[in-house]
Amino acid sequence: MGFFIAQLLTGLANAGALFMVASGLSLIFGVTRIVNFAHGSFYMLGAYVGYSLMQVLPGMVGFWTSILLAGVIVGLIGVIVEICVLRPVYRAPELFQLVATFGVILVIQDLTLMIWGAEDKLGPRAPGLAGVVRIMGEPIPKYDLALLAITPFVALALWYLITRTRVGVLVRAATQDREMVGALGVNQSWLFTGVFFLGCALAGLGGALQLPKGGADLLMDFNILTAVFVVVVIGGMGSLPGAYLAAVLISVLGVFGVTYMPQSTLVLMFVIMVLVLMVRPYGLFGRPEVAGEHGQVGEPERPIKPAGAQVRMIVAAGLALLGLMPLYGSSFALVLTTDILIFCLFAASLHFILGLGGLVSFGHAAFFGGGAYVAALLVTYADTPMELAMLLAPLGAGMAAIIIGWVCLRLTGVYFAMLTLAFSQLLWSLVFQWGEVTRGDDGLVNIWPSSWASGTTVYFYLSLVICVGGILFLRHAAHAPFGYALRAARDSARQAEATGINTKRVQWAAFALAGAMAGLAGGLFVFSKGSVFPNELEIARSFDALIVVFLGGVKTLAGGVVGGVALEGVKDVLTRFEYWRLALGVLIIVVVILAPDGLVGTARKLAERTGLLRTPEDSK
Amino acid sequence: MLEIAAVNSFYGKAHVLSDLSFTVARGQVAALLGRNGAGKSTTMKSIMQLVVPRSGAIRFMGHDLVGLPPHRVAKLGLGYVPEDRRIFTDLTVLENLEVGRQPPRDGTVTWTHEMLFELFPNLAERRHNRGKEMSGGEQQMLTIARTLMGNPSFVLLDEPSEGIAPVIVEQMARVILQLKSEGLTVLLSEQNLHFARAVADVAVIIEGGAQKFHGTLAELNAHPEIRDAYLSV
Repeated sequence: MGFFIAQLLTGLANAGALFMVASGLSLIFGVTRIVNFAHGSFYMLGAYVGYSLMQVLPGMVGFWTSILLAGVIVGLIGVIVEICVLRPVYRAPELFQLVATFGVILVIQDLTLMIWGAEDKLGPRAPGLAGVVRIMGEPIPKYDLALLAITPFVALALWYLITRTRVGVLVRAATQDREMVGALGVNQSWLFTGVFFLGCALAGLGGALQLPKGGADLLMDFNILTAVFVVVVIGGMGSLPGAYLAAVLISVLGVFGVTYMPQSTLVLMFVIMVLVLMVRPYGLFGRPEVAGEHGQVGEPERPIKPAGAQVRMIVAAGLALLGLMPLYGSSFALVLTTDILIFCLFAASLHFILGLGGLVSFGHAAFFGGGAYVAALLVTYADTPMELAMLLAPLGAGMAAIIIGWVCLRLTGVYFAMLTLAFSQLLWSLVFQWGEVTRGDDGLVNIWPSSWASGTTVYFYLSLVICVGGILFLRHAAHAPFGYALRAARDSARQAEATGINTKRVQWAAFALAGAMAGLAGGLFVFSKGSVFPNELEIARSFDALIVVFLGGVKTLAGGVVGGVALEGVKDVLTRFEYWRLALGVLIIVVVILAPDGLVGTARKLAERTGLLRTPEDSK
Repeated sequence: MLEIAAVNSFYGKAHVLSDLSFTVARGQVAALLGRNGAGKSTTMKSIMQLVVPRSGAIRFMGHDLVGLPPHRVAKLGLGYVPEDRRIFTDLTVLENLEVGRQPPRDGTVTWTHEMLFELFPNLAERRHNRGKEMSGGEQQMLTIARTLMGNPSFVLLDEPSEGIAPVIVEQMARVILQLKSEGLTVLLSEQNLHFARAVADVAVIIEGGAQKFHGTLAELNAHPEIRDAYLSV
């Protein structure tokens, strides 16, 4: 009994930081409609800033002052980010701001590395709260008890702010209809900035508060982000009580999980989330997102059309150039181009569901890494030849997509996105923790192509044929009736239903197709590298694809491919520098601000303005 | 007090207002009349800068509004009551009023909750109810009350009589006359000529986003052919 209570208390104590970060994310999303991916980074900054302050400020007063100051400082950093990075892109198409927050993640990662170094920081003990208290014979750290007391206080203060003050009323009003709030004389810009301050300060506070328990390290940002997404989705986007309850639920179960099933702690979290969402699709306290709620109205989608003769010729010339590459390129160039080709197919498959289907998936790596692992496992355990493994990779990934799609497509918008992320994390944690089969972090190695395809040149041609074929196939599907139905479902689900399209089934099929294509790319990938590691399933991998699609241009057909070439090319150059993340992050932010329609979209607009290309009206 | 001069507004590629011009004098109740799709709501939104006109000028008490953010327009004393009400359904009546609250303004009435509850007795009973628990007519009253909390000197009412019960339409008419007697200037858009006759001093008729008539209601009554051409179904 005592042990049980001790576990419960530890879980409740752990819930504190999680709740603060989650409520901050939730608040920011409610008002600005931005899913702030950089929220984990602010949490990490809170820990590092708090750590440095605690070195300077001594004693008990110093300790608590440091934590408060860390919150304020991180809040101010959040304000800078909001004003410099997000303000210029509020009017950009929905979710485009995501890419900007990816950029922020990279920048903060490298700045933290620069300032504090790569070594983990051991959190200082809280003065006066160092020992343990025995409760029913079980030792409970005193600091845990302090956290237990602090968290409800923070939650209450937040609750008071939101429900009882003018600021809170404005925040809730803006969550529902920010344009109307502006028309009533409230300056939205400052409301946004204020909410950003509050949200980031909460994250910073959370990071500083957990210092004595976990210290500070450079992986904190992504580690908490997943848990925070799970909490927000379980609790319901925008609900503070929901965030609190879910944070407690996840933390307590996490603690018990470590005791009773240490092999599956990560998996457990996602299983719980999926179970909750099956029963309550919008979380415990969430409300359905109403499509087309007042606020953001983007430019109407342009119809896409098959490439004209001119474009076809350019593409053919490009392909010819690629085909002749072994004649003039070094073997390094061939390997790099193979990488880019594979990545383009991966990105194109995401673009297919995102651009044409309007289904924003945050977890597309599940299928890329999934395909890679299917092939690798087949080779490792069944000595499957490459040809068969490469065929089964997309099949396996497609099957996974069918199952995951079935669950995720019950939801829409940001809930869909987060659910896909959760599934990809579920897969990642399965692979990571199921060491007996997947060899966990050590990865699966010695996955080489059949002897006929083992040469760099031959494998390059193999990749070229498969990737270009796959991309052309996706393009073809976009112009087939299936593609029309998919776009109809994106633009107006109800109207599409009314014309007899089963929108959910069309989206499901598209999701499965995209999954299979990503799996194909994964299969190619594993044989080109000879190995696969869990990081091919990671969030960062999904983000890569998202960045590429948004940077290339969601609303253009070529977006995925152009973005893929651009990002992989730029990465290849940048990764030679020490602080390449910083450079890449800044570059991403700059592109987002200067080219909100993506590379292809912006190029097209420029060409139209200068008269190089005809606008749709001219050609009517 | 308000001057619209050669305004052109677009929704994407659709040209909605074309060279629209008219003026509203201080203390007047002006009715903006026209059929469905004539551009009445777009006129209202263009004044508030919720739709930014591509050309033309909108002057309010000496300020050019074009290009200002909507909250600055509201701060100048223009109160906007949208056609689709847009009350905050998750907020209570009192909280909805709080969102609209602005500091007192020289030269116009400073509204208190008590004054508004006198104007709209139904709201008084429902002050702690959430917006979504109210009837259409009550929501319409709430959106007007919410706008008045900003102490505007000029009120834009977009289709105040649309979709509400006749008895409440009558109440709306009384409210508008009351606002006029308090010295407020009102521009209301209407399809219902009968309602406009009950409250308005002058009428502006638009069709296809262009002004077709601008005069007193007496003049409009004297020319039934104008009414037949632009208003009757």
